[in-house]
Amino acid sequence: MRAYSLRRFITAMALAVAALSPSFVCAQDAAPSADAPVAVEAAPTPDAPPSYEALVLQLGNGGFDDKIKAVETLTATGDARSILVLQAMMDGNLYMHESQVFIAESGARDAKLRNALSNADAGVTAATASRVTVNNRLRGILRSALGALTLFSPDPALRANGAAALFRSRPPEMAEPLAAALAKETDPAAKREMEHTLAAIRVTGAGDEAQRIAAAAALGNYADPETRAILTGLLTGDLSPGLRATVTSSLSKVEGKLAFWGVINNVFQGVSLGSVLLLAAIGLAITFGVMGVINMAHGEMIMIGAYTTYMVQELFRAYLPGLVDWSIVLSVPAAFLLTGAIGVAIERGVIRFLYGRALETLLATWGISLILQQAVRTIFGPTNREVATPSWMSGAWEVVGGLTLTYNRIAIVIFSLVVLGMIALLMRHSTFGLHMRAVTQNRRMASSLGIRTGAVDALTFGLGSGIAGIAGVALSQISNVSPNLGQSFIIDSFMVVVFGGVGNLWGTLVGAFSLGLVNKFLEPYAGAVLGKIFVLVAIILFIQKRPRGLFALKGRSVEA
Amino acid sequence: MSKFVRAAAVAAAFVASTAIATVSAQAQETIKVGVLHSLSGTMAISETTLKDTMLMMVDDLNSKGGLLGKKVEAVVVDIASDWPLAAEKARDLLAKDKVDAVFGCWTSVCRKSVLPVFEELNGLLFYPVQYEGEESSRSIFYTGASPNQQAIPAVDYLMSKDGGEAKRWVLLGTDYVYPRTTNKILQAYLKSKGVAQADIIESYTPFGHSDWQTIVSEVKKFASAGKKTAVVSTINGDANVPFYKELGNQGIKADQIPVVAFSVGEEELAGLDTGPLVGHLAAWNYFMSVKAPENAAFIKKWHAFIKDTKRVTNDPMEAHYIGFNMWVQAVKQSGTTNVDAVRQAIIGQKFKNLTGGTSTMLVNHHITKPVLIGEIQANGQFDIVSQTKDLVPGDAWSDFIPESAKLTADWTYPWVCGNCEKPKY
Repeated sequence: MRAYSLRRFITAMALAVAALSPSFVCAQDAAPSADAPVAVEAAPTPDAPPSYEALVLQLGNGGFDDKIKAVETLTATGDARSILVLQAMMDGNLYMHESQVFIAESGARDAKLRNALSNADAGVTAATASRVTVNNRLRGILRSALGALTLFSPDPALRANGAAALFRSRPPEMAEPLAAALAKETDPAAKREMEHTLAAIRVTGAGDEAQRIAAAAALGNYADPETRAILTGLLTGDLSPGLRATVTSSLSKVEGKLAFWGVINNVFQGVSLGSVLLLAAIGLAITFGVMGVINMAHGEMIMIGAYTTYMVQELFRAYLPGLVDWSIVLSVPAAFLLTGAIGVAIERGVIRFLYGRALETLLATWGISLILQQAVRTIFGPTNREVATPSWMSGAWEVVGGLTLTYNRIAIVIFSLVVLGMIALLMRHSTFGLHMRAVTQNRRMASSLGIRTGAVDALTFGLGSGIAGIAGVALSQISNVSPNLGQSFIIDSFMVVVFGGVGNLWGTLVGAFSLGLVNKFLEPYAGAVLGKIFVLVAIILFIQKRPRGLFALKGRSVEA
Repeated sequence: MSKFVRAAAVAAAFVASTAIATVSAQAQETIKVGVLHSLSGTMAISETTLKDTMLMMVDDLNSKGGLLGKKVEAVVVDIASDWPLAAEKARDLLAKDKVDAVFGCWTSVCRKSVLPVFEELNGLLFYPVQYEGEESSRSIFYTGASPNQQAIPAVDYLMSKDGGEAKRWVLLGTDYVYPRTTNKILQAYLKSKGVAQADIIESYTPFGHSDWQTIVSEVKKFASAGKKTAVVSTINGDANVPFYKELGNQGIKADQIPVVAFSVGEEELAGLDTGPLVGHLAAWNYFMSVKAPENAAFIKKWHAFIKDTKRVTNDPMEAHYIGFNMWVQAVKQSGTTNVDAVRQAIIGQKFKNLTGGTSTMLVNHHITKPVLIGEIQANGQFDIVSQTKDLVPGDAWSDFIPESAKLTADWTYPWVCGNCEKPKY
């Protein structure tokens, strides 16, 4: 039975190649002679399998067991048309309507339906038809079936994906088609995936010893946890001495690489947490660090920034749906201006009357934070708002199997450094920066020299608030956009600023990244809750020793 | 038994009604029910919807002529996600506003802090959220799921062929009483099914945890040991969004490592792009996608009331729907809103739930419910992939914790007790 179905499969593969190949005519010419001689004899089998049409209809009927059977039979026919249908089923775009199977053009409720067999317009939308439900088991089978079907696809990315999908299930009967695909493969990425899958299948298979040893040696070139699991699993079984030695050496190679990438991963996660802390704290480093205002409403500025991102996104969805991926870029200036303006208003309306009275400032800004929270809750409602991750920021970069860096985190790390760099430039090299430093160092003298200290105060506070708004744009990508967003960042922000040294931007940078790294290296051992407590205790002890933080400002102005 | 209950109820109702008639014959123009939910603070995200649900049902009842010939009035208070405040507000509702029943609380810590107030002042509280069990109070009716109506069936599903035959388990939770107790029960249950301690990890995070990189990587590492791994999540509230975003970004597909959640419903998914999450699971007793005429009518009414056809419905809303209607029936049966009468009349009340079955109030103050397992879809709804054939009666005390297995909760004669090893009489 296995030999029969395997042959049928190879035939199918050949047909798939033929159908999908861009040079369809030549492939068709070649098919009977060179590529697949079995094609001719396999066609008229005695117990002819159900027709493609019948199988497609079966996909939509019965329980999950029936559907799985239908998918498996359909895959075995290798009909290239089934790729489209199975992909639609995987994506949840397959529908039944009046006992016909339809494919929806998108996931939307009003998506048009096309007949899966005739491609005719169904005349109804997805809302009226009933969707073919899929569960995880079926999804796994679909993934591997699509992997097998796309091994010969003209698109190298699809071929690589196909091989990777087969790696998860590792069906032994796929060894030969894989070897055939590998022989023709020219794309290095696809080739690597295919070699990986093939080695994983061959090493466990009952093939000849030399082949198994070669496969075991090949696996040593990969560094992902699953390869390690395969090799560890092999060692528990009965192996010939030669094979055992190869497996052991491959395993130690894989483990060495995994350990190395594990450390890199931890560093990246620490840097990424650090960049989030940095973003949240930069604004506060200006309002609290430079101006000395204990601004409890800082978190709410972040929250308003995140809501601005949401509003800009909704505007794009309404008027420029094609460019919605780039709405986040426009959100940055929008959030800066909006929160900056709110910051100026708060400074002029409340804080300027309270300079030098830390306790009153604390209470007043806390009150403002509550007012802002409840205002947002009243306008937008208490539920989370969805800010979609743009496609260029979603997903992850698989450096190697053991290390995946998510794009949104990478983007946030870069973004936080750019923001910090710009603030540093502004403070050092612009007239406004000069005025700002002059006013904070010696208000009376600055005033005597003709600087309008009131305006500088308002603009500095606006700048700090605007930066918090920009942070909100970035944080909307990793956190919830809800009225409580700011509260979760306010304590961390103060921690970073105090730890790094009040009034020092570099201190904020170093403080944020060292807190991020320490947190991430502690977390695997101590757990998230204890890790946080350790960090807090460590900071308290540190502040006892160095009350001015890591980078203390020196000079007379500090004492004032 | 039921005959006795009914007799007792009628007797109590008679005594109570004569008593009440003298006290407040002229004062009571309306029947008051308290709504005790957080309308601000962390929990507002979930609880505001429940307040609206209550207002909708009260409106609906009044438009049908009210109750016992009187209008029903909802007294709404905001507990601001602050648990000591919840106890204070509960005291106000019972002592000052003299409400006849209270519908409220979401978190277990809220319920635990108002419980003594309700027992002291003899109030009635309907608690609509799934919880950790291990409790049965004279004054509280639990219309949400207990662990045997949610957690255990979910784990059973993941162990089944359709669920992927999971062999290794990651129990993730927020650090407070509900996840810790649920995981204690689950640990005991998994071990009774032959899962080794080495194949289970438990991990807790603080409320509002936002950086999930390490934990998600750990899950990936744990799952790559060659055995099918599943994640059971009792992560609550705001922390879910960053958790699911991290899952999606790190490319954890549901067919490789399924995550089943007990606190994530339609409302929580509304703030998320669910595209990368298709196939992850949730276990509830109700989904908005259930095809039943009662459900369709309920959704229609909800959309009309809230004036927004995009709003979703969820499980705790159904729990309030059942709880409120059972209370209405018990009031009608006793002919009075007197707490003692209603408390006894409500046991045995049957009401059609929104999934096509009929829920019953049990003697342990829990109700019978179906258990549904749903998979997240790209449109933010759930596809139901498994459903129990019969309704599952709620268990107050878990059978899988030795010290609890001995206890019985039964508020009828001869037990009349929420946590006894022997009947009282």
